[in-house]
Formats: sequence, structure tokens, C-alpha cells
Amino acid sequence: MTDTTTNSQPRSVRRSRPVSSYLLRRPKLRLLALLALPMTWIIGVYIFSLFLLLITAFWNVDPFTSLVSPGFNLENFSLVLTNPSYIATSVRTLLIALTVTLVCIMFAVPLGIFMAKIARPWLRNTLAVAITLPLWAGYLVKIIAMRLVFTEEGFFNWAMSPIGVRGPGFSVPIVILTLTYLWFPYMALPVYTAIRQIPPNLFDASSDMGAKGFTTVWRVVIPLIVPAMIAGSVFTFSLSLGDYLAARFTGGATQMIGSIIAANINLNPPVAAAYSMVPITFVVIYLMVARRTGSLERM
Amino acid sequence: MLRLSRGARLALMAIVGLILLFMYVPLFVLILNSFNESQISGWPIKNFSTKWWAFARNYQPIRDALLNSVLVATGAMIFASILGTLVAFAMKGFNFFGRGTVNILVVLPIALPGVVTGVAFSNTYSNFLTPAGFNIGYFGMIVAHATFCIVMVFNNVFARLRRMNPNLQEASADLGAGLWQTFRLVTFPQFRTSFAAGALLAFALSFDEVVVTIFTAPPGIDTLPLWILKEVGRPNQASVVNVVATVVILLSLIPVYISQRLTRAQEDER
Repeated sequence: MTDTTTNSQPRSVRRSRPVSSYLLRRPKLRLLALLALPMTWIIGVYIFSLFLLLITAFWNVDPFTSLVSPGFNLENFSLVLTNPSYIATSVRTLLIALTVTLVCIMFAVPLGIFMAKIARPWLRNTLAVAITLPLWAGYLVKIIAMRLVFTEEGFFNWAMSPIGVRGPGFSVPIVILTLTYLWFPYMALPVYTAIRQIPPNLFDASSDMGAKGFTTVWRVVIPLIVPAMIAGSVFTFSLSLGDYLAARFTGGATQMIGSIIAANINLNPPVAAAYSMVPITFVVIYLMVARRTGSLERM
Repeated sequence: MLRLSRGARLALMAIVGLILLFMYVPLFVLILNSFNESQISGWPIKNFSTKWWAFARNYQPIRDALLNSVLVATGAMIFASILGTLVAFAMKGFNFFGRGTVNILVVLPIALPGVVTGVAFSNTYSNFLTPAGFNIGYFGMIVAHATFCIVMVFNNVFARLRRMNPNLQEASADLGAGLWQTFRLVTFPQFRTSFAAGALLAFALSFDEVVVTIFTAPPGIDTLPLWILKEVGRPNQASVVNVVATVVILLSLIPVYISQRLTRAQEDER
């Protein structure tokens, strides 16, 4: 009996695909096979590099040979945490990143309200594309475009000359403006999506109860879109915090955390490594706070 | 509906107009300046000419930089496509311990500041690999780019896999297909559009990247953004820089445009 059934099966099926049937019965092995390569890459190359960076932060530079020599000392960390100019740069960078986030919110909310509630569908779609597109127009390109606009003989001073206004020249305000220019879409898109998702009858209810437009925006719209603002701020804040090319090209003498890390990487790698831990800490704290509010699940 | 007074509507429109001006005027100033006849950029432009375009076309450093950009972006795209797809399959098919961690690991290279990622790679290459007698050179730049591009492919492929019908794969296995055959004939055709869209975004991201590149490019090797960076540091911005910048805008937007078209075509199919 057994013999006949075995023989009646087509040959190709009976003995084929030992590897596949072996793997099919072992999901853990399949998972391992899928994750082996990517995790080796990310952990073995990237996380390991970050770890080595942390190690390097404890090393020092030989003053005579100016070569990095292994060791263990906390000098670099104490320099970064106590030296007034390092502290000033950290605080300045933090304030710039927060201001950029605030400016982005201040522009994203009216834009979102206009797109979601006032614009006709064709205009809404056009605006959505118009806001997304610059995201891909090139990071460095946008910085030098801002440089062209705000330079002494640039577009801004030309356009404003009839009313006698002159730009402030390359300084902190222009850095904030450039960073806003770079990261604004990251705030505008989630805020717009969130405003669109507000049920229309909430607006009716609000106006039935006698609220005027601004009251509705302030008491109904804003509280509902806070999670979207936090989600957007993760980008505007952490991307601004780590940036240094905007400061270099549109900030005059303005220094940010990244400027100091970049300046030190060849001269004094351990100090650069120690100072790198500052933005990492800021970003991780910000992510953890944002996570506790539950806003990250929307991303 | 949200009822706003006429004045409030006009104010909103003014703000939206201001935002659009703010987002597009700098780009137009830059693109128009690539046609500035004068060597130094400025505004208003007195004479227009295409001479810097002609100059850039035959200028060897720009051609080398373009070639490097394309090579690095292609290499990063290939590695990121393979790795991102593998992670997407693992995250889709399995519920395992550490799933959240894997997700964070994929996002981390793009979430941390570019300068930190760049310095970390640079530190590993020059303070650990080189002393150990291993000079990674050009390949190090591709490795760094691929690392932060993984998330692009992952996001696209994962989003598609989540909406796919798992029964089809089981049916294929029931009919006697092996894992590879199922992947090739059943699974891949279903997500190849998202795969291509993600790969193109990875290409665009790498093509445009500059901060990590600053720290990982071997000496004497320029990508297009790196070349711009070196030129623009000089006191007066030369118009030829604007030509290269315009090329970067176009070459980053084309892959993104195709990628969007692919995604939309796929959505229409369903």
C-alpha cells in the first residue's frame, strides 16, 4: 500500500526542495537568515562606530606627536561640560533649534488651516506638492540659495531697498531662517494632515456655542494638533541641533555644536568625540520625552 | 465648517503667499544666477548668458565629481535596497523579541545628526582601521551612505508588505513552490514597484548628502555637493557653482518624481 502511494507521486515533488521544506518548518532560522546581514551591517558597522567614538572620547592626543593615543581620562568630558565657550555653544545651539521649531509651528498652523479648511481641492493638492517638493531640492543647494538671497548685494536687500529695510547680514537670525527653510516641510505636512483629520462637526459645535474663528482655532484646533506638532518637532529640533553648514554659510561667525565637532575631528578627535555626545544626549532626551506623549506612533 | 471673518481669511492667504515666496524665491534666485554672465553671483542680474553652463560641461573637476556622485549613490542604493528589503521581510513576517529595537536601529543613522554619523565613521576609519593596516578609502564613503539610506527602502517595502495578502505565499508553498520560487514568482512582483520607489529615494538621498560625505570621502575625491561646498567657501560665490547646484536640484528631483509616479501608479492598480 505504502509503496504504491509513494510511487504514484510525481518524481519532482517527492524529493525536491530540501532547503525550503527545512526552512519552512523553522521560522526562527528564517528570521535569523533575514536579519543576519542587515543587523551585521547596522550593528557591526554603525553602532560599533558609535561605540568606538565613545571610547575615543576617553583617549587623548599626544602633545608632541599630535597622534591619538589610547588611555582613560575624563579630561575631554570635563572640558566639554565646564569650558564656558563650549557651554555657550551648546546653549546657543539648543536655543536656535528650539526657535526654529517654534517658527516652523507658527507658520505651519496657518498654512495647515488654510489648506485643510479654506483651499479648494485643486489648490490644496497643489500646495501639498509645493511644500513637499523643496524637501528634495538638495540640502546644500538650499543653504547656498539662502546665502545668495541674504548676502550684502543679494535679493533681499534689493527687494527691500524701496522701503529702506536692510537685512541683518549673516548672523544668528539668518541661521534660524535658513534652518526653518530647510526643515519647514517636516512640520507643515504632519500639522496639515492632523488638521484635515479633525471632524467637521467639531467646528460646527464650536461655532454653535458662539465661538468666533480665532477662538475655535485656539481652543479646538490647537489642542487637537499638539501630537502632530511634537512629531514634526522631532525633525525640526534634532535636524537643527546637529546642523552646522547653515551656520557656516549663513551665520557669519556663529558657531554651533556641529561646527566645533567638525573643527576638532582632525586636530583633536577625542574632544570631537566627547562633544558628539552632547547632541546625541539632547536628541535622545527629546525623543524620549516625545515618546512619552505618545506622539511618535503617528509618524 | 470653520467660519472665519473676511479679514482672517485674507490674513491666512497672505501668510500662505509669504510661505510660498519664502520657499521658492531662494531656489529661483539660485537657478537664475546660473545664467548670470558675471563671474560673481548677485542680484539683480545684469546680463544673462549660458556661458557657465558651457564651461561646467567641459570642466574636468565637475565631471569627476558628477561621476563620483553617481557611483556612490548607485553603490549605496544597491546595498540599501538589499538590506532594507531583508529588514522589511523580517519585520513583516515575524513577531520577535527586539522588534522595536530593530526598528530604532534602522532609523537611527538618519535620526542622529549627520555630523555625529560622519565623525563616528571617520573616527573608525582613520583611528582604528588605518592603524590596523586596512585602508577603506572610497568604499568607506559608500558604506556610510548605504547605512543611512536603508531606512528609505525599508519604509517603502514595509508599507507595501503590510498591505499584501499573506495567503498568496501560503498558496504558493502548498502548490509545491520553494521559498525562492515563491519570492521570485509571487512575492516580488507584488512589491517591486515599492522596491523601485524606495531605491530611487535612496539614490536621491545619497546624491544630495554632504555632511557625512565631508568626513568619509577620501582625500582628493569630490562628490558634486562636496565640490560645491569647497567652491562656495570662497569669498565671492562664482556663478559656476550655481550651475552645479541647479544640476543637483534636477538630478535629485528626477528620481523623486519617478518614485512618486511609481507609488501613485501602484495605488491606482489596487
